[in-house]
Amino acid sequence: MADLDTFRAQTGAWLEANCPAEMRKPMRSEKDACWGGRKWEFQSSAQKQWLEVMAAKGWTVPDWPKNYGGGGLSAAEAKVLKEEMAALGARSPLTSFGISMLGPALLKYGREDQKKRFLNEIARGEIRWCQGYSEPGAGSDLAGLQTKAENKGDHYVVNGQKVWTSYADLADWIFCLVRTSTETKHGGISFLLFDMESPGVKTRPILLISGNSPFCETFFDDVKVPKDQVVGEVNKGWDVAKYLLGHEREMISGMGLGHGSLTLGGSVGEIDDPNLKAEIAAFDVDALAFAAMSERFLDQLKAGDAHPAFPSVMKYAGTELNKRRHELIMAAGGSDALEWDSERSHGGKAPRDWLRTKANSIEGGTSEIQLGIVAKHILRLPGA
Amino acid sequence: MMTLNDDQRMLQDTVRPLMADDGSIKAQLRHWRDKGCKDGFGHRLWKQFAELGLTGICIPEAAGGLGLGAVEAGVVLEEIGRNLTPSPFLTTAVAAVRALESSGQAERWFPGILTGDTVAALAIDEGRRHGPAGIACHAVRSGNGFALSGVKQFVVHGGSADVLLVAARTGGSAGETDGLTLFAVPRDATGMTVENLSLVDSSKAARLMLDKVEVDADAVVGEVDGGWAPLSRALGAGRAGAAAELVGVASGAAELTFDYLKQRKQFGRLIGEFQALQHRAAHLYGEIEIARAAALKAAQLLDAGDPKAELMVSVAKAKAGRVAALAVQEGVQMHGGIGMTDEHDIGLYMKREAVLGELFGGTTFHTARVAELSGY
Repeated sequence: MADLDTFRAQTGAWLEANCPAEMRKPMRSEKDACWGGRKWEFQSSAQKQWLEVMAAKGWTVPDWPKNYGGGGLSAAEAKVLKEEMAALGARSPLTSFGISMLGPALLKYGREDQKKRFLNEIARGEIRWCQGYSEPGAGSDLAGLQTKAENKGDHYVVNGQKVWTSYADLADWIFCLVRTSTETKHGGISFLLFDMESPGVKTRPILLISGNSPFCETFFDDVKVPKDQVVGEVNKGWDVAKYLLGHEREMISGMGLGHGSLTLGGSVGEIDDPNLKAEIAAFDVDALAFAAMSERFLDQLKAGDAHPAFPSVMKYAGTELNKRRHELIMAAGGSDALEWDSERSHGGKAPRDWLRTKANSIEGGTSEIQLGIVAKHILRLPGA
Repeated sequence: MMTLNDDQRMLQDTVRPLMADDGSIKAQLRHWRDKGCKDGFGHRLWKQFAELGLTGICIPEAAGGLGLGAVEAGVVLEEIGRNLTPSPFLTTAVAAVRALESSGQAERWFPGILTGDTVAALAIDEGRRHGPAGIACHAVRSGNGFALSGVKQFVVHGGSADVLLVAARTGGSAGETDGLTLFAVPRDATGMTVENLSLVDSSKAARLMLDKVEVDADAVVGEVDGGWAPLSRALGAGRAGAAAELVGVASGAAELTFDYLKQRKQFGRLIGEFQALQHRAAHLYGEIEIARAAALKAAQLLDAGDPKAELMVSVAKAKAGRVAALAVQEGVQMHGGIGMTDEHDIGLYMKREAVLGELFGGTTFHTARVAELSGY
């Protein structure tokens, strides 16, 4: 305990000395989050500086081992760091699918050379990843994917199409599920890593109902991929895919927490409608209770006590909550919240954010898929 | 860390089988209900609680108790809830002890609570809704002490209590938290009429008529006009405890229901194979986990003396109440016709939820409180 107190004091002092003032302000737009990678343009010198000093300490990924670019912190120390950053209002120095999704999968299933190379690049913010999972014919039934990788001796040739590839147009590399065998559905999938600049890769952004295009269609036309870029065993990629999905769901469930420590009722301005106020208060009860479960889940995860299917509980609850939050923000905003591109509305932030949240309960496995997983793996209901 | 420590797990390992066996629905709730017991609980089990130290769970070690907190009380209450075990644990060992602690009345009542001989009840509500700031029951100086007049209702275990903790106004006016005083009134005080009533769940609560009930000056718990402090301690612990018990009620109802889905066949299939039921069951499971985490968080903050405890206690009570209501409603519906029979236990969960949900403030009371404490 005394050691942890010392660590807290030192961490607090270090953050105070090293976190630029600008990085202590709340994020206002998506670009305020630093995603890193070859194509990243820093929004400010402070954003760049913050990434560099944190990466040098290994604190972009505080609980990864030091030799892979992490901070080597214990679960308790990582929690202290998070709390001290929150106390200062410090932004996360780096946000990436490498950190939240691929990294954990590589730590568990990657070869030593893959870990050394990719984890270090991820930790320093030098590589931005996208996720090649869904296909036009494989949505909820993900294992029905058809993108194939043909064995050509020392390399694979990949052909097919992915969809809902988040930020594929901005990514450097892709982690991609491909079919290497058609003998069995789940047993013919491999987990492949490759460069998005490889010849034969094309991306096309998809215009969404929010008017934004965070997702792409991604096409593969005879893409050559060296064989040593398979993660785990060939035809056993489904295990890697599922493990990664657990982390993706955990990440998405974080949306249930909203931003900062304010309650919804405390952040939407004056609520002049008593019925709306009651609905918002009911929401805040659910949101604060969800935050408690989220904290407990992370503690259980670090202690190795969490049920492997629990991310599905978190993902379902967190995303349904976030959708409700934005319904209520719209209701609180009244006709102000309907303006689509005026300056007053910050370019229609409220309605665009509201529409974006509708994907929360679809991406990473729909709410219905999550409920099915809970019914089968936790409740052990028959035939589920 | 939001996980139970080794000592708390040990407590859980002790209490779980005790409630499941000696505290079971058959051995306690149905037994005493069918006998028409005037207390609504068994004194032998309450003595067993005492032998294990549980009646003194929140009493300081220096006074002979276990000196534990809301988290440990919650561990016990969750098992009580799961088995619908009737006992004065929440009212006496948790809420009343918190009210009495560090007051002159502690010495008088703690020994009896420790041995399982004393039952204490809280007399707070005056109308059909909980709202302690609105207390109108009043106490005026009289002789060496006070004379209390007014009415109280929903005084759980009031008919069995040896001491009633009565909140009355000695100053200020209804709606103010200043000017309240908490009195420890012995059951035999003259001028007090106790109407012992059976509630929907076969538990007992009383209506009190106080007509110039004379008490000594030393019956005051804490300070005159400063009753809000002991009352808040009692309510904080009581609400957090009720939340934990509600989580137990929800879990017990859900476990019965999930088992039923794996046994009952219709259309030649187990009904648990139907996706319409699977998804509702999975949703319920998640909601119960959220409520459990909220109840634990509230208890931890209370034990740490954190200023956010009050907010989280209301979150926990509101959430656990809503979730337990969902659990019992889904439970009865998924059981179908058998769920409507007295013979089946699922309906008993529904009845218990109704009472616990209302105790120390219902879901709407605590939801409004979350808004108020969050500044809107």
